Amino acid sequence: MTAVPLQPPRRLIEFTLDGRETRVPEGSTILDACRAAGKDVPTLCEGDTLTPKNACRVCVVEVAGARTLAPACSRRAEAGMDVRTDTRRARHSRKIVLELLASSTDLSTTPRAAEWIKEYQAEPGRFGAGAARLNEAPKIDNDLYVRDYDKCIQCYKCVDACGEQWQNSFAISVAGRGFDARISTEHDAPLTDSACVFCGNCIEVCPTGALSFKSEFDMRDAGTWNESAQTETTTVCAYCGVGCNLTLHVQENEIVKVTSPHDNPVTHGNLCIKGRFGFQHVQQH
Amino acid sequence: MDLHFGDGKPTDQERAAVDALLGPASSPWEGADDRSETDLRWARGGRDARERRDQLLPGLHAINDRVGWISEGALDYLCRRLTIPPADAYGVATFYAMFAVAPRPARVVHVCTDLACAVRGSAALCADLEERLGAAGATEGDVTWQQSPCLGLCERAPAALVLQAGEPASAAGRAPSPLHSGPRKAAAEVVRRRTSAVVAPATAGTVASAATAPEAAPGEPPAAMAVPQAGRPDLTLLKRVGVVDPASLDDYRAHGGYAALRRAFGIGPAEVIREVTEAGLLGRGGAAFPTGRKWQATASQPDHPHYLVCNADESEPGTFKDRVVMEGDPYALVESMTIAGYAVGAHQGYLYIRGEYPRAVARLEHAIAQARSRGFLGENVLGHGYAFDIELRRGAGAYICGEETALFNSIEGYRGEPRSKPPFPVEKGLFGKPTAANNVETLINVLPVLTMGAEAYAAVGTGTSTGPKLFCVSGSVRRPGVYELPFGAALDELLELAGRPESIRAVLLGGAAGGFVRPDETDIPLTFEGTRAAGTTLGSGVVLVIDDSVELPRILLRIAEFFRDESCGQCVPCRIGTVRQEEALHRILDRRGAEAADDVALLREVGSAMKDASICGLGQTAWNAVESAIDRLGVYAAADPERSTT
Ligand code: SF4
Ligand code: SF4
Ligand code: SF4
Ligand code: FES
Ligand code: FES
Repeated sequence: MTAVPLQPPRRLIEFTLDGRETRVPEGSTILDACRAAGKDVPTLCEGDTLTPKNACRVCVVEVAGARTLAPACSRRAEAGMDVRTDTRRARHSRKIVLELLASSTDLSTTPRAAEWIKEYQAEPGRFGAGAARLNEAPKIDNDLYVRDYDKCIQCYKCVDACGEQWQNSFAISVAGRGFDARISTEHDAPLTDSACVFCGNCIEVCPTGALSFKSEFDMRDAGTWNESAQTETTTVCAYCGVGCNLTLHVQENEIVKVTSPHDNPVTHGNLCIKGRFGFQHVQQH
Repeated sequence: MDLHFGDGKPTDQERAAVDALLGPASSPWEGADDRSETDLRWARGGRDARERRDQLLPGLHAINDRVGWISEGALDYLCRRLTIPPADAYGVATFYAMFAVAPRPARVVHVCTDLACAVRGSAALCADLEERLGAAGATEGDVTWQQSPCLGLCERAPAALVLQAGEPASAAGRAPSPLHSGPRKAAAEVVRRRTSAVVAPATAGTVASAATAPEAAPGEPPAAMAVPQAGRPDLTLLKRVGVVDPASLDDYRAHGGYAALRRAFGIGPAEVIREVTEAGLLGRGGAAFPTGRKWQATASQPDHPHYLVCNADESEPGTFKDRVVMEGDPYALVESMTIAGYAVGAHQGYLYIRGEYPRAVARLEHAIAQARSRGFLGENVLGHGYAFDIELRRGAGAYICGEETALFNSIEGYRGEPRSKPPFPVEKGLFGKPTAANNVETLINVLPVLTMGAEAYAAVGTGTSTGPKLFCVSGSVRRPGVYELPFGAALDELLELAGRPESIRAVLLGGAAGGFVRPDETDIPLTFEGTRAAGTTLGSGVVLVIDDSVELPRILLRIAEFFRDESCGQCVPCRIGTVRQEEALHRILDRRGAEAADDVALLREVGSAMKDASICGLGQTAWNAVESAIDRLGVYAAADPERSTT
């Protein structure tokens, strides 16, 4: 995402980012500014198509004069702010957040998690073997997608995508609280008995692989999932006249999953059940 | 939005509970059984119903109060009535500790195991209860018992609360508030008359008998019993507690009530704010923010309506002052809220009381109804052309709802998760509108500010901490209770009043989110600046005294357990950090020195990230008390004669 919008023009505000005078359009977050300046701040709960819940706190930065650190993904840049992205305090919190997450959650399918754990020298093992974990069995209650909440970091993205930010189906919510909080349907009913319309938009935004296509889940299980051997082809969905973009992920001549480009101004990566899951017929011939 | 409901049907009882709150369903669109001609052509619900989202929490209460738990059918029916997706409502119902979504007996006994009760023997009480009522959480006959966080009865610790679900004895609905300009249009909260019993101080015998027959349990002592100074002429905030009849508006007026509101009307809103600002009134909820500035900021917002919220969700372990004031002098709060509403330009006030305070809820419901019927609330308060009304909302067992933005979410019918700030409530608060949120003690201070005048008020206390202050003294003292002292008195003075024990091991100031001080530090001046200079905090005014008989590591473990239980779960440092903190404290429970060093280091590292990176005050302060116990009390240090503190 670039920090320079095409239109409408906005007022520029000036603030200091790691000691450099920086100008960003009003309304930009600190993260927008960091990205425009080529700084790599780790993020997990932030997503390009959603308003982040700023729940993971892995993106925290130091704002001069503030008692606590600020989430770069959500805090708007203000004129005159003095922001440091790489201080000891900020790095310490990021390291601890990564340790806490990795000690309780399976991050094996979270892109970049391993890289950041190394970068911040996080040692998730130091909480001991007895450290509480989520320990959830994968929920497989339909043929289209699997919910493996052992990998869930509770970023709220799927809830927001299913709810008021995109799909308006409100099939899932956060239930319980504290460490026992889980993403859940009402009364923990199977998806097939819930309001889920299987648009798969929650899978599209999930940053950890906790939500995945059944095809991907099965292939990973069988040890045949091989991302490096996959090709991606973006095309137009043929089911109806809306013209959504589909990205077909193909491994060994089989479509293994379908995503959708987030920069499409109409769909922002959202699809319906047909575009997302109706790829079997393509493979029949 | 395309709502999807299961096949669950409510029982007659569940339907009646919801209908008593919302009125009967008028169309099948919202759950009625019969279809009328127009229903075939006209879809209803939608926007109208969605605007009643804030009735979700009262609705869940209605079902839980009647049946004791919330079934699928009941939740579905409530969701139909309010056009709320069931998954969403399920997320809300499972957020609060007082609700259950699995069957359980109608009678639930909550036994406090929090700090003051732990000091006063709750562990033995629980062990005894296990023999009489079975294990916690198990069902014995038609009753179950469970451990509970602080019930706000700390002066009578150990404490228990019996809640009995069932038919309301009087289902007389009250008229909907006539001037509601916010999103909620109709729907009156029904006056509940439940059989609940407070047992404090509790013994296994008294709890067991109240659990069998709550209606036969002895009544609670009057609120004044919690005020050892009651009746003393030099009291300001507590002067009416024990003196005035809490059920009589006339008696309140005979004791100086409504003089402050008359003065407010006389000088106008801007002058009221000026007086409060010049009086130097600082918020008493813990943050010590200048009240006048908050009011000014709210009053000057161009966006409308403005709201006033009274935060009476007093859940900090060791805090019970708001309960005592609300029970002993409820009209004082009604009057203060009216003044605050007038000052900030609000026409609707919300009073959010924690659900574990049945008597305070009843007293305020009564006081509000009386004030309304006598023209002290309503379209035209006292004939001054100012419209103001108060709605009471009950919390449902969630400490975090004392955080103001979580409280807004709770009122609005969402999970009580804090919002990130900015934007601040004065700009975007309840229902996204400018909101002044104050706690009970802050608000009742406005009465003396107006009756004495800013100058006289500011002369009380110290230069920067002005006025009188309430303290909740509990633990190992002879006369626990709520004390009023002018700011600046030393901790020693307060301990003398309350009956200092032979040997003090430590004093916890400010509650679970506060900090410990040593017995040789009890000359600390009780002011915001004085405690800050001493590296601790006044917080919510908790003074929990711990004598030599109490094992500190166990108290610390209880604090950690409390925060782990009460974390909303939104952000990682707090959701997982509180768990790791508790685990570490468990490991070092009986260790000292080198044996504890690794875990102490781990605690420090996790604690500093929680302080720095958590979204709200809960996660930011969850490590304070433990940190102070390590640093000031040397709690895990080796038994080393060099360290005088262990
Ligand atoms: S597939 Fe679509 S409807 Fe179903 S839970 Fe995910 S976002 Fe919601
Ligand atoms: S399932 Fe994925 S998107 Fe949903 S909260 Fe968990 S990690 Fe986030
Ligand atoms: S700090 Fe704790 S209580 Fe506050 S938002 Fe985060 S998880 Fe919730
Ligand atoms: S990415 Fe900013 S808080 Fe999660
Ligand atoms: S009532 Fe038990 S600690 Fe407050």
